[in-house]
Amino acid sequence: MFYREAGQFRTSYAQDSQIFPLRQDRIGIAIILMAAVLLPFVANAYWLSAILIPWLVLSLVALGQNILMGYAGQLSLGSAGFMAVGAFACYNFILRVEGIPFVVAVALSGVCAALVGIVFGLPSLRIRGLYLAVATLASQFFIVWALDKFPWFKNYDPAGVITAQPIVMFGHNFASPREKYWVVLVIVAALALLAKNMARGSVGRGWMAVRDMDVAAEAMGLSLLRTKLQAFAISSFYCGVGGALFAFAYLQTVEPSAFTIELSFRILFMVIIGGLGTIMGSFLGAAFILLMPIFLNVSFHGVFGQSVDASVISAVEQVIFGVMIIAFLIYEPLGLARLWQLTKERLRLWPFSH
Amino acid sequence: MLSKVVLRRGLGRMGVAGALLALVTASTPAPAQQAEQYFSIPSTRVGPYNAQGTGIYGGMIDYLNYVNIKHGGVNGVKLTYEECETEYNAARSVECYQRLLNKGDQKMLAWDPYGTPLAYAVIGRVAADNVVLAQAGYGRTDAADGRVWPWVFGAHSNYWSQIAMKLNFIQEKEGGIDKMKGKTIVHLHIDTAYGREPLPAMRQIAKDWGFNLVEIPIAPPGLEQQSQWLQIRQAKADWVTFWGAGAGMSGTAITSAARVGFPRNKIIFVTFGGAEEDMIAGGAQSKDTYVVAMVLPGKQFPLIADMEKVLYSGSAGKGNMQNPNRVGTIYYNRGVIAAVNFVEAMKNAQKLHNKVGQAITGAEFRDGYEALDYTSDAKRKELGIEGMIPGYKLSCRDHEGAGKFQMMQWDGSKFQIVSKDWMGANDPKMIRTLIEDSAEKYAKENNITLRDCPN
Repeated sequence: MFYREAGQFRTSYAQDSQIFPLRQDRIGIAIILMAAVLLPFVANAYWLSAILIPWLVLSLVALGQNILMGYAGQLSLGSAGFMAVGAFACYNFILRVEGIPFVVAVALSGVCAALVGIVFGLPSLRIRGLYLAVATLASQFFIVWALDKFPWFKNYDPAGVITAQPIVMFGHNFASPREKYWVVLVIVAALALLAKNMARGSVGRGWMAVRDMDVAAEAMGLSLLRTKLQAFAISSFYCGVGGALFAFAYLQTVEPSAFTIELSFRILFMVIIGGLGTIMGSFLGAAFILLMPIFLNVSFHGVFGQSVDASVISAVEQVIFGVMIIAFLIYEPLGLARLWQLTKERLRLWPFSH
Repeated sequence: MLSKVVLRRGLGRMGVAGALLALVTASTPAPAQQAEQYFSIPSTRVGPYNAQGTGIYGGMIDYLNYVNIKHGGVNGVKLTYEECETEYNAARSVECYQRLLNKGDQKMLAWDPYGTPLAYAVIGRVAADNVVLAQAGYGRTDAADGRVWPWVFGAHSNYWSQIAMKLNFIQEKEGGIDKMKGKTIVHLHIDTAYGREPLPAMRQIAKDWGFNLVEIPIAPPGLEQQSQWLQIRQAKADWVTFWGAGAGMSGTAITSAARVGFPRNKIIFVTFGGAEEDMIAGGAQSKDTYVVAMVLPGKQFPLIADMEKVLYSGSAGKGNMQNPNRVGTIYYNRGVIAAVNFVEAMKNAQKLHNKVGQAITGAEFRDGYEALDYTSDAKRKELGIEGMIPGYKLSCRDHEGAGKFQMMQWDGSKFQIVSKDWMGANDPKMIRTLIEDSAEKYAKENNITLRDCPN
């Protein structure tokens, strides 16, 4: 009833190629954006700094992984490594370049991660599938090892855990959770928009062609070298920016052991559970993997309080989380984004059955 | 079709859970008859470090409950706590820190995550939030300088003192510092901030004494150490200072050492990964391994014996330990001592700020923590912890305190104490200078003005 496209005509090419052709979608996204911007006025510091900031940041990283895995079909396991590159590059830019605005440092750290990504993307020209995943694992281990091995990256800090510098731009220090949230929100929203446009433009079509059948794509004149490395570079750029934000806006420390293989796997799960090859899925998947354990922890400790052994509760939470992942993969292998799509299709007809 | 059902059911369940949660939170208001003081428990009950997490936080919770039951709280103020699972993951612990920061109209007084990476993750936040970071024997070492880190306390030791104590023990065994020249000591450590933490002090002592220091890292979680132990044998190591965490890693170290034939009585474990659970994981081969203790284990201390009686005897069932036999183990006793520090600091704060019988704030608690003083034997006896910890006091400048340990040796079923008395560095002044130099360097880099400290 409310979600009908009847009566909405597209009369020009510009209208035909806009991101949200439906009026309802445009209204919806406007409301969401407005809410996102105004949220800090109602949310407290806990929600901002412990839930929303890490969620937005990890969504961005999942988006990067999704570009590579979902759109370009290159299975990669090195996303946390590229995040580490971004975090350490950002630290070093701010340390060594006097007065560099934070956003410039973040952009440059994304570029650093992209360059590293291109190097580690080279094997994709020869191998694919699971073999490629194993090859990209090397990046994960190599990067973390290199950051530990060469103390220059850590400015010779003996313990190897560096306190991140404050976020300074235009002479203002973005110190409060609210200000940090806005910085993250602006960067993530801008990059998500960019990703959406890339995905539905010629760039994304190139990726999808390579994903679906690379021989056919090559026969149609696509350069495999260019397309694959482009996907690796852009994906790593997103991961690098995400890593810098993760370290500076969330953890406020920079250390290699925050970017372990475990984080890479979690990002992989975010993409799979959220939905491969969808922008929205990255956000939904990040929310599920990041927030569900916290939700379980809060609710179980809230419900059972101190009456049941906390060790048992903690173990049960993990079991439930695992079962939920399995259930999701069985009932909806296409991910949370697919659920949203199905809901939209039902909404089109609602409240009628046909 | 299936997915529709799942969606509908899933949403329904989430609604139910949410409603249940709302109901529970709404039905437990605090009738403000008795003053309450709230503590945070950032526990680690799952994952590779669960033995440590359940023991330490079990001891901590038990002592808070014990004080409530036995003494009716701290001068009438009831102690409450809220728990959050960190999984020994720095990112999760930051979420826990923010979650537990406020409860009702109270802020948490102290944060004790029991993990060096976790302590590092919040060390920049505690001053602004008025929270004491109580990193008992772990965390950032140079935070022992109270002029630079007013909110961080390492009572009653840190990793630099500990490595210096281990080397002091080794030189005694070898027959003097002059005998150390040319010896090879391997620092076998987990490759995290925690494993690397003692290195600056160790390198300095190696230079001074002229022994050969070999650093061998192990990637976490450290369940594969074959190549590292072969390397140790090739290096013809005289001693190994083992800096690991988790029973899995500790057990692997012992079995790997046995496989290459490295004598266990030349391995010294760190306080953190040196508990009964770690030795049992190594089986019969653990016999003769040395372990450093910061707080002594055992039930012979009156406090632990009384806690067991009050909380566990008969069908009391008030204890937090799933396995009551673990009362009096290394981790349990260490948790109890951490909570004793909380309670003593709270008493000090009430006295200092004329708030006896009332709840206190973070700033007042900080003053009380800084005034911790266990130097008198009578005081330790009164608390029932005589012999469990060394006598020490904190001051404005010194946030470490004792810097002393005991050396224990595993006899196959329990620890035997082999050091004559509490033992520290061979040259404690040198360690203190290292700490203050490092803290001053940090202060200068970060434009922190040193707090003016009389002592």
